Amino acid sequence: MSVAEIQNTPRTAFGGAPGDGRAPVVNDFSISVATKNGSGSQTANTTLLRALFKMGIPVSGKNVFPSNIQGMPTWYTIRVSKDNYIARRPLTEIVVAMNPVTAIEDHQTAPPGGVFIYADDIKIPLNRTDLSYYPIPVKKLSSENEPDPKLRSYVANMVYVGALAQILGISLDDIEAALMYHFRGRRKPVDSNMKVVRLAAEWAQANLPKSDPFKVEQLKLTDGQIMVDGNTAAALGAIYGGVQFAAWYPITPATGVADALNEFLPRLRVDPETKKPTYAIIQAEDELAALGMVIGAGWAGARSMTSTSGPGISLMAEFTGYGYFADIPAVIWDVQRMGPSTGMPTKVSQGDLIKVHYLGHGDSKHPCLLPGSVYECFEFGWRAFDLAERLQTPLFVLSDLDLGMNQWMTRPFDYPEEPIDRGKVLSIEDLNKLGFGGFKRYKDVDGDGIAWRTLPGTEHPLAAYFTRGTGHNDDARLSERPEDWENNMARLMRKQETARKIMPQPVVEQVEGAEIGIIGYGSTDSAIIEARAMLAAKGVKTSYMRVRALPLSALVKEFVAAHKRTYVVELNSDAQMCQLIQLEALDRAATVKPCNHNDGRPLTAAWISSAILQKEATNQ
Amino acid sequence: MTTVPVVKLAASSEAPARAASAAKKLNIIGLERIDYKGADSTLCAGCGHDSIASQIITACYEMGVRPERMIKLSGIGCSSKSPAYFMSRSFGINTLHGRMAPVATGALTANHKLYGIGVSGDGDTGSIGLGNFKHMLRRNLRMVYIIENNGVYGLTKGQFSATADIGQELRHAGRNDLPPVDLCLEAIAAECGFVARGFAGDPKQVVALIKAALAHGGTAVLDIISPCVTFNNKDESTKSYSWGKANDERINDFTFVPPQEEIRMEFKPGEMKEVELHDGSRILLKNLDQSHDPTDRNAAMNLLQDARENQLFITGLIYVNPNRESLAEHENLGDTPLVQIPNEKLRPSRESLQKITASMA
Repeated sequence: MSVAEIQNTPRTAFGGAPGDGRAPVVNDFSISVATKNGSGSQTANTTLLRALFKMGIPVSGKNVFPSNIQGMPTWYTIRVSKDNYIARRPLTEIVVAMNPVTAIEDHQTAPPGGVFIYADDIKIPLNRTDLSYYPIPVKKLSSENEPDPKLRSYVANMVYVGALAQILGISLDDIEAALMYHFRGRRKPVDSNMKVVRLAAEWAQANLPKSDPFKVEQLKLTDGQIMVDGNTAAALGAIYGGVQFAAWYPITPATGVADALNEFLPRLRVDPETKKPTYAIIQAEDELAALGMVIGAGWAGARSMTSTSGPGISLMAEFTGYGYFADIPAVIWDVQRMGPSTGMPTKVSQGDLIKVHYLGHGDSKHPCLLPGSVYECFEFGWRAFDLAERLQTPLFVLSDLDLGMNQWMTRPFDYPEEPIDRGKVLSIEDLNKLGFGGFKRYKDVDGDGIAWRTLPGTEHPLAAYFTRGTGHNDDARLSERPEDWENNMARLMRKQETARKIMPQPVVEQVEGAEIGIIGYGSTDSAIIEARAMLAAKGVKTSYMRVRALPLSALVKEFVAAHKRTYVVELNSDAQMCQLIQLEALDRAATVKPCNHNDGRPLTAAWISSAILQKEATNQ
Repeated sequence: MTTVPVVKLAASSEAPARAASAAKKLNIIGLERIDYKGADSTLCAGCGHDSIASQIITACYEMGVRPERMIKLSGIGCSSKSPAYFMSRSFGINTLHGRMAPVATGALTANHKLYGIGVSGDGDTGSIGLGNFKHMLRRNLRMVYIIENNGVYGLTKGQFSATADIGQELRHAGRNDLPPVDLCLEAIAAECGFVARGFAGDPKQVVALIKAALAHGGTAVLDIISPCVTFNNKDESTKSYSWGKANDERINDFTFVPPQEEIRMEFKPGEMKEVELHDGSRILLKNLDQSHDPTDRNAAMNLLQDARENQLFITGLIYVNPNRESLAEHENLGDTPLVQIPNEKLRPSRESLQKITASMA
């Protein structure tokens, strides 16, 4: 059949005609939407996602986008799962092809029995007999409904939303509610978009007889949940943690943290009496300056933060080493993306772990929080300040592009119940009691490696001290004496041990009789949960530990000891957490095995379970 | 003849001191000069930087700056060691090479009621930290930014810095053929509202410049030629004591007038120019070369350009614009510094979080 013939052939389903005997597939499949970057499809895709969420169906959305403003191909995948599995799946049964450039590839990727929905002006051979085809007259419907050519591409996206709603049974009321969320209740854009959605749905109802088994139905599984991205959660956490100073420099995928700070701070943190902000936020000239400002503000006593990604972290190395050695609190969010170098700036990775943990001029180790969900992005958002000020040191929070930029379901954020902890700060009264010679800035009075500090501006003649990154003694005086150096480094080691105890402990699910342990962290949680179910279905029992902080908890060593083999699942090329755990559990290092993968996409449960099965079979 | 109320600062601040104590000389806040001292210097004997540290002590003592309300900042280098050598009762922070500007920006935004005095060098500001320096000026952070400029890297033993003049010779580095970075020109280009050049060999002028700089509401840049006696003090060097003493051309003399001071001084119309600073104090400028108006930005740039082309060593207040918004004003900060806002005002209400999460359902 020639292309022309195919185009002229009325589209009836090849694989899934009505009554073909296939059982309906309800609330358990994936959709991939292929569009052009910058065409406004993100609104359409997140609207679909939120509409499904509002229908009570567990759902996840992953944006696979290029480093480009406009024109390059982009894909958005949505997974609906009645079983509440929200990791990325390797296959997408329903392919929506709106980008002529990638249509041939998109057509090939649709699995047998799948669905191919496409803009009817895309001219490619549609000759598979195992797909259901749905052509959509996108141009016709959008030009009829949008006189302004500039807005037509935006409207075109609503055409596929309407068609998908009709084909899959997505409730139009929930699509409208999702649009209301997107446009923050502004009726006019909601109405103009809904008009197109309804027309497209009506057209599809009249012209596209259902020929596939996939559909969605209302569930009650998302009741009480919210849907949000990790960057917004991080910023809100910081705001409820009392952030007073933030400095940042634009970088994908971390910019959303600063965007959300700029959005919510003016709403939430203006003093009702003075009408003045209780914060300051500065867009710095580079990441080096951003952390420099944060260190300056932290030294002066403000709760200070920055957010960045890999290349920015590199520029922050010198200030991180400085803050570590001079005992200055700072919170640094690293929303990780794919390195090395500029790498793939719009793709996810967990490749910064070792670099961040050891960042500096050598011989430094930094506490790191490892949020595994958007819920923890919020929680660690506020907790990070308490920990950084308690430990008086730069503290990192390692999120990633998947967690940070994609929308995730979560239970609503809990209000912080613990009071704000400002750490060890001496007041004027304290200084009066201590008297002359009583305050020594770097003296480990309590034995936990954390010394008491005073804040600049404390109006007491004994308050001041001199902060420096060069060698110093307990009195904060310049010293190159070997014993002063060793004393200070020993104190910093004791601080590490304090951090090990007070940082969030791992979440552990120990399974009776399991020989295999799985350790993971960060955004891979959902894939690991599903992989364990797949392994269990094959009779392979596994325990699971999700690590939430560095330095590693003492529980990690115990977990390794309790299993014959421990697989460390992670999203980087160097098996970085695996290396850290091997160092920690040195006597059992040979039983700690890497299970890492790094191609720019979030991990899938299928990959994890088959990798573990393969390693088990080959005894690797 | 016109008469205006004016005070010479040295006289005014010493007057109550004499009244208060015959034995101890106290300043207007009741402190002795010794209360402004720092640790002993470890710089080379005769270093220009030590002279400047001494003028900082004099200026702060005479102005009655409360040491606890001052923070001292620096980068890395010989110059950057000097904050340890003045005002031990002030908090100090010796930051990274070239990075005083961002640290100052954070610290003085977190507590914008503090005075900030920073000491940097020509390597620190003119090379590694040039970008951060200019961005701080764009933001107009309120602080005094002193560059102790000697044209040479001292701690690493005698390499050229970016402010070395063409033709300058150093024992190991040879002859410099690259054009110098003029940090005053850079500052004016970045909209800095207080730009002056001084000479460590003219302490009286340095003290006057520091006092006026402390009263300025934004960043005040003082580019002070401060000879390196070890590596760059040969007579023919444009950064040497002897060259400075022989060639220093003061473009103006000025008197710094603190707020509400009143004694009378006489001058001819047109001879003096008055500039009111942020805190109500004033600078009375007496033009020596009769042509330069320091409130004229183009004139200031032309003056520097002319000095650069003819290798003239001009000193004095080159440019002043007290009207630019400071960073703290831009950030709309209130009377209470951010760091003194109580914890209960830093955590929004439980209800506000419930409202936000409800909107995400």
